[in-house]
Parts: sequence; C-alpha cells; structure tokens
Amino acid sequence: MDAIKQNQIEPEKSERHRCMRLLAQATVEEMRAALQSVQPAPEVFAVRGPETGLVMVRGRIGGGGDPFNLGEATVTRATVRLGTGEIGHGQMLGTEKEKARLAAVFDALWQRPEQRGVVEALVLAVEERIAAQDRLEAEQTAATRVDFFTMVRGEN
Amino acid sequence: MYVAVKGGEAAIANAHRLLADRRRGDRSLPAISIAQIVAQLGLAVDRVMAEASLYDRSLAALAVTQARGDMIEAIFILRAYRTTLPRFGYAQPVDTADMKIERRVSATYKDLPGGQLLGPTFDYTHRLLDPSLLEDGPVDEPEQKDVGDAVTMRVSEILAGEGLIEPDGMLPEDHVPGDITREPLEFPLNRDLRLQALARGDEGFLLALAYSTQRGYARTHPFAGEIRIGEVEVEMDIPELGFAVSLGRIRVTECQMVNQFSGSAKQPPQFTRGYGLVFGQSERKAMAMALVDRALRAQEFGEDIVAPAQDEEFVISHSDNVQATGFVEHLKLPHYVDFQAELDLVRRMRREHVAAKSQGPKPDMKEAAE
Repeated sequence: MDAIKQNQIEPEKSERHRCMRLLAQATVEEMRAALQSVQPAPEVFAVRGPETGLVMVRGRIGGGGDPFNLGEATVTRATVRLGTGEIGHGQMLGTEKEKARLAAVFDALWQRPEQRGVVEALVLAVEERIAAQDRLEAEQTAATRVDFFTMVRGEN
Repeated sequence: MYVAVKGGEAAIANAHRLLADRRRGDRSLPAISIAQIVAQLGLAVDRVMAEASLYDRSLAALAVTQARGDMIEAIFILRAYRTTLPRFGYAQPVDTADMKIERRVSATYKDLPGGQLLGPTFDYTHRLLDPSLLEDGPVDEPEQKDVGDAVTMRVSEILAGEGLIEPDGMLPEDHVPGDITREPLEFPLNRDLRLQALARGDEGFLLALAYSTQRGYARTHPFAGEIRIGEVEVEMDIPELGFAVSLGRIRVTECQMVNQFSGSAKQPPQFTRGYGLVFGQSERKAMAMALVDRALRAQEFGEDIVAPAQDEEFVISHSDNVQATGFVEHLKLPHYVDFQAELDLVRRMRREHVAAKSQGPKPDMKEAAE
C-alpha cells in the first residue's frame, strides 16, 4: 500500500474507532431518537446476532507488567448489513441486545457519506453527555482532596 | 450392592415454592427492584461480580435478590450463569494508569502528584448507626472543586525513578497468560494464574490470610503504597476490522503494596511489591489480595516457607468459595448408604473389642497393633 493511500485510511480508521467507542456508550433512547432523523429509514438485515457472550478482561501485574486474566464481563454484539450493502458492527458491555443492534446500524450508516452527519451528531451528543458526567464526578472527587497543613507547637 | 432411592420430588417442588414465597416476604411491602439494588447496595453487587468473576451489575443484582442476600449463593448463581455463555475472546489489558479516579490514597507519601483523594469512603466515619436513614430524607449533593491538572502518578513510578523498588511483574518472554477457567490448575503456578485465582478468591478467606501475615505468619512488612478506585476502559480486538474497539468502562480497585527489601550480590536492596486488582469498589479485598500475592512470592525471593499464606497450593486450592461451599455443603445431601457401611463397621469393631477384652490381653497382638 503506498503512503498516500495509507494516510487516507488511517484517519478514517481512527474516526470510525472513535464512533464505535461512543456508540458502545450510547443509550437505546439516544440511538432510537437519532434513527428517526435518517430518511428514508434504512433497510437493515441481521448478519450475526445480536448475541451475548463473554470477554475475558485482563489486568497487568503490578499495573504495568505482563498481562493476567482478571475475570470475565458480559458483552453483546451484532453485525448488520444495510440494503445498500454496508456492513456494520456493534459491541458493548452488558446484555442489551437492541443496543448492540442499533450500534451496528449506526456503524453501517457512518460508512455512507450522506448519512455520516447524522451519526456524527449522535456520537457528539454522547461524547458531550459523558464528558459532562465525567467532569462532574471528577469535581466531586476533587472536593475530597486532602489539603495538609502543618501545625507548629511551642516557641521556635 | 447399591440401592437407588427415589422419591422426594413433591417435597422438593414444595420446598422451592416455599423458598420463592419466603424470598419475596411480606407482600404488603413493595418488591426491591434490580435498579435499586444496583444503585443502593452497590458494594454487595461489586463483591458478587468480583467473586463470581463476571462483571455485569444487573445480573449480579439479580443474583443477590434471587439468593435473598446470601452472597456466596449469589456468587454461585452468577458463576453458573457464565458457563452458559460463549467466550468471544480476550480483551486488551486494562490501563489502570489511565483510570478515571474516584478515590486514590497513599500511606507512603503525604504530598504526591495528584494528591490524596478520599472519594466515597467509610474511613473516618464513626461507625455509629444512623437513625436518620430510617426516613427517606433528603441527601445533600456532593461538594465540587476544581480538578486542577496534576497527573495522578503511580507511587511505584515515584520509587522506580530512584531504582528503590522492583519493576512491574514480568514473566518470561513469549509467556501466554494462563486461564484457570480453561485449564486445570497445576502447581506450581505462575504469578499470572495466582493473580487470576486471587481476584476471584473469597474476600473473607483472603482477608484472614492477609491478617495472618501481619500478625507474624510470614511477615512481609507492608505499606499501602497506593490504592486507587475508578473506571477503566475495556477494549477488544475486532478481527473483522483489524483494530481494537472500546466496549465501555468497568470500575476496578487496584492496590500497590510496597514491602520490605530483597537484594542479592548482583542487585542492591530494593522494595518488593504485592499487587491487587479487583472488579468493583472493594479496597479491603484488593489490599488482602496484594498482601497474599506478596506472601506467595516467598520462593521467588528465597524466603523460608513457614506459614499458610506462603503455601501456594494451600491458598489457591481453598480460595474459591464456590468450590469450597460445594464440597462443604454436599455433606448435607443423602449419604445413607455410606453411613450404613460405617454403622456396620463400627458395630463389628465394637464386637471385636468386646471379644478381645473377654479373652484377656494377648501380648503378641498388642505388639502387632502398635
């Protein structure tokens, strides 16, 4: 693959990566509402799932050493094909099948330039919701930071 | 001869119906919802997830309700459920350095980058029952403060800068992490397998073992270098895409225990470490795990193995409460035939005892018995 082609693909990949990451944290309500604004409503065929299974979560010895298996987590995934041919994948922690299916639909829609705007608006809203929640929690944690002071006793 | 006994179907069915009734309890009280358990009994949910070795808050809460609050029963139910699901694969190791921190304390440094963040802790409470909780009164919103921009550096990194502490645990190159859910245990274990077993180990058992090391049974002179609780991202490779995708976040508790020195002719003395990582918010478990992890490294450091907490086979074989409860509780199941055999045996022995006594002592036989 020549360098120019590679350079075009990498940002594309990382953009899709970002979308999938945020779709994994989108709620069913957020995705359903966004799907309303896709006109005409896309034709969706199930390719795989939605199905629930397990992934083995790993940690690292000492925090940064070699990996070890920590324990499993439930994951639900789905693969769909649009009437127009694009294949989309959705996967996230938990057992909500409709969430995985909808995430797969949006991953497929993202591949259609004419629908990309809708998907980007959706993931932006999800990103902002999460960022606001994270900020709030970080500020609440920050209020529990210990400010040490030294007490001096006696003369000199 | 083996005689199979049948019967009891009706009694069992009725017992389960009675169990369902007692589980629900007084119908004039509203039933507790799963969402309420997740939200208000979160640490019970966390313990069930950790020891069942399955991260799913809703399912763990369901198990807690179904088990009427019996934690080991809930863990058992969730552990059984996981066997019904296919394994999609292994996630990338979580990056606890990149944790969204909810609590972070160090007992070794007062002023460390990122500071001491107490978070939602029971520490410094007076452990007095709070009658105000009898009413569903209003609860104050938490205070908020500017976050600042200090990076929450690991304590181990601070010490590593001077070479005062051993590096993060490394296994031989090309070592594939072992998985106790896939292969039977074979002793001796590598540290990765021990950590997996300890992460799902019974909190009470690990706590007692950790305590024993503090009381002198395999002293390791520990300091809580750092404890951090918060969310980390779980990422998994998607073969169809050729890159790893985030599946969402999970909450974990990490404990870095700093222990007394080891050194050799080749290497100057440095602190050693124990490591704990547990699903959910559970610093008691993470601390106990780190203490036991360090104690189990006795052989690696050439320490004398003198205490239970250093005995890998003893600790790991008995840390799983589902296995333990299975074997202990099976004793209440029918053993009628076994017991008949024992009854026959003890009767025969008593007959022989009486006969031997009436014949008087026989010096030869006594000698043989000894």
